Amino acid sequence: MIRQPLVAIPASLALLIVSGLAVASAPRSILAFLLFQAAILFIYLAAMPWWLRGAFLGVALLVMMPIIGAYNVYYLEIATQVGIFAALALGLNIVVGLAGLLDLGYVAFFAVGAYTWAIFGSPQANQIFGGGFPLAPGWFYVFIFVGLAVAALTGVLLGLPVLRLHGDYLAIVTLGFGEVIRVLANNLDKPINLTNGPKGITPIGRPPVPFGIPYAEFSYFLVLLIVLIVIVVNRRLEDSHIGRAWEAIREDELAAQAMGVPLVRAKLLAFACGASFAGIMGVVFAAKQVFINPESFTFLESIGVLAMVILGGMGSIPGAVLGATVVTVLNLQVLKGFSLWLNELKNAGVVILGYPLASLPTQLEPAKYERMIFGIILVLMMIFRPQGILPARRRQREIEVTAEEQKSVTT
Amino acid sequence: MDVELLLGILPQVAIDGLILGFMYALIALGYTMVYGVLQFINFAHSEVFIVGAFVGVEILLTLKAAGVLDGVPWVLVLLLVLVAGMAASGFLAFAVERVAYRPLRHAPRLIPLISAIGVSFFLQDAIRLVESIWRNAFNLVYPTIDALNVRFDLTSTIDVSVKSLVVIAAALLMLWALHVLVNRTKIGTAIRAVAEDQAAASLMGINVNRIISLTFVIGGAMGGAAGVLFGVQYGLINPYTGFIPGLKAFTAAVLGGIGNIPGAMVGGLVLGLLEAFAASYLSLLTGGAFGAEYKDIFAFSILILILIFRPKGLLGEVVRERA
Repeated sequence: MIRQPLVAIPASLALLIVSGLAVASAPRSILAFLLFQAAILFIYLAAMPWWLRGAFLGVALLVMMPIIGAYNVYYLEIATQVGIFAALALGLNIVVGLAGLLDLGYVAFFAVGAYTWAIFGSPQANQIFGGGFPLAPGWFYVFIFVGLAVAALTGVLLGLPVLRLHGDYLAIVTLGFGEVIRVLANNLDKPINLTNGPKGITPIGRPPVPFGIPYAEFSYFLVLLIVLIVIVVNRRLEDSHIGRAWEAIREDELAAQAMGVPLVRAKLLAFACGASFAGIMGVVFAAKQVFINPESFTFLESIGVLAMVILGGMGSIPGAVLGATVVTVLNLQVLKGFSLWLNELKNAGVVILGYPLASLPTQLEPAKYERMIFGIILVLMMIFRPQGILPARRRQREIEVTAEEQKSVTT
Repeated sequence: MDVELLLGILPQVAIDGLILGFMYALIALGYTMVYGVLQFINFAHSEVFIVGAFVGVEILLTLKAAGVLDGVPWVLVLLLVLVAGMAASGFLAFAVERVAYRPLRHAPRLIPLISAIGVSFFLQDAIRLVESIWRNAFNLVYPTIDALNVRFDLTSTIDVSVKSLVVIAAALLMLWALHVLVNRTKIGTAIRAVAEDQAAASLMGINVNRIISLTFVIGGAMGGAAGVLFGVQYGLINPYTGFIPGLKAFTAAVLGGIGNIPGAMVGGLVLGLLEAFAASYLSLLTGGAFGAEYKDIFAFSILILILIFRPKGLLGEVVRERA
């Protein structure tokens, strides 16, 4: 039905309306919001003219989502988080998906961006320069570009020494690099207080909001805008000269080099591009959260972003966005929802099969099991569908060909 | 700078470093054996290691609850815990290989690595889940065995506890046993043959799948023993404790030359000593500006430097890149 425009268009419209009404009538229901998200995915996949798809998506994201947010701000928060992680996933997608360089410390660049604005957008910088801080809120917009530049520079700095490493070794070194950045953030409160250590930095300045829009809605639109820009940049990169070079490196480094791909430049560019997206989002994240500390930038976050890329399909742009949505929603909605539901059942004294739920151990909090979710996603995807849910065409072919080659070798 | 103080703590630091180093060496064996055979980083090995520690603490806590912990000779208790930890970790490593790695053996190179990361994360929370249900707590403390905590003086200023000596002795014993197994037995020959060339080994009548499983079991058992010793030595464990020692042990394996068994031992000892020195002297030498917190950075810097300048490691085993 999704392939037939005559069915798909009315179905999309119906889904959008029904899910919109569902969220409006039951603003607390997780299922209603999930339905709304499913409607957006359906519209994306359904066969229809591009302008109609654009119109549907525009209505859903620009009109309906803010209205839903007015009913229940929490959903707007989720949508904003999805946007932030979508941008991160798209950035990592360049490094892992296109260039085939497994980066396990990606969140370090996010941290670099976040700390860039956090230090100068809060009184923290007074500790270093003596006074005159925080900067005026308007500087936020400048710092989006500063964050981009600093993160890209960090990406190049990481890239330079590890250029000679491949595959597994590169993964471990980037992991170590991510940990190094976190440990530095944790400990650079002396000799000079740069990051305020584990206590973190607060209050971080928020950008001035035009036209008196509520702040939650504003950050939603800001994130949406950045994600759109990132998607466009990704699209343009993918089929550009450098994008082809990245994919050539991913498929076969030696052959790529023989064909005249400048390995060093291409790899450094991949690191820099991926890092710059994370840097931008870091600045936005710092401003949105008002408070950041090293706990937001652990290895767990890096793996979370990796799980998003893998789930959607390495090298696939819609895949990265879908992966970010699914993983974030699982974390923020499904796990938390399950926790709350379990607690309600416990408090109500429900008995299942003769076992009173109230005697469940108190340490059992389903909301804390995000690692398990990431782990299951990674293993199952690798075993059953390594190309991801929405695979990039070229990547899918590569995996199929490798499998066939192996078959012909072993038989 | 107080030279006398610096020299005075030297032997103590060296002993701490040795203990840490043997721990890393035992864990590093798991990484290096698997890498030698499959050219693949078994990311989940850090969890295999910590499962050994959890099995150990569960047994000790059960014995303690039954009130027999102080009645039984400590050597027997320790032996029981070690064997149980090794068995559990060995089995876990075997199971992980069957479920998560074997189906991917011929996939492109990044795929098994990502699967291994997934297993590692899954196991961390699985341990937490089991312990939360079973004990309603997942930060566990090893019960103390009094005989193991006796300290005796080496010199007037330096003392060493019985458990430190036990840890060192147990580690040495196991490293020796492994050395014999790999170099003097038929099974060891088969393992080395599979590491050299899987196709040729299978033509020689070696069951490659079984040898790979066995490699995982041996590496896992070593990791489990390290887990128990880690718990006995440092006391506090939680499901996420294993990660950093695992990473350091991998560093040790690379330092010694990955795929090389004596290399893992040497690398572990070198890294343990370096780290102990860094932890104690960094703060003293920089006037307190940089403290022991930086020891992790120190270890990772070593890893990066080794990989860049001498990827073969100290003992010079040739590192084969997986195509």
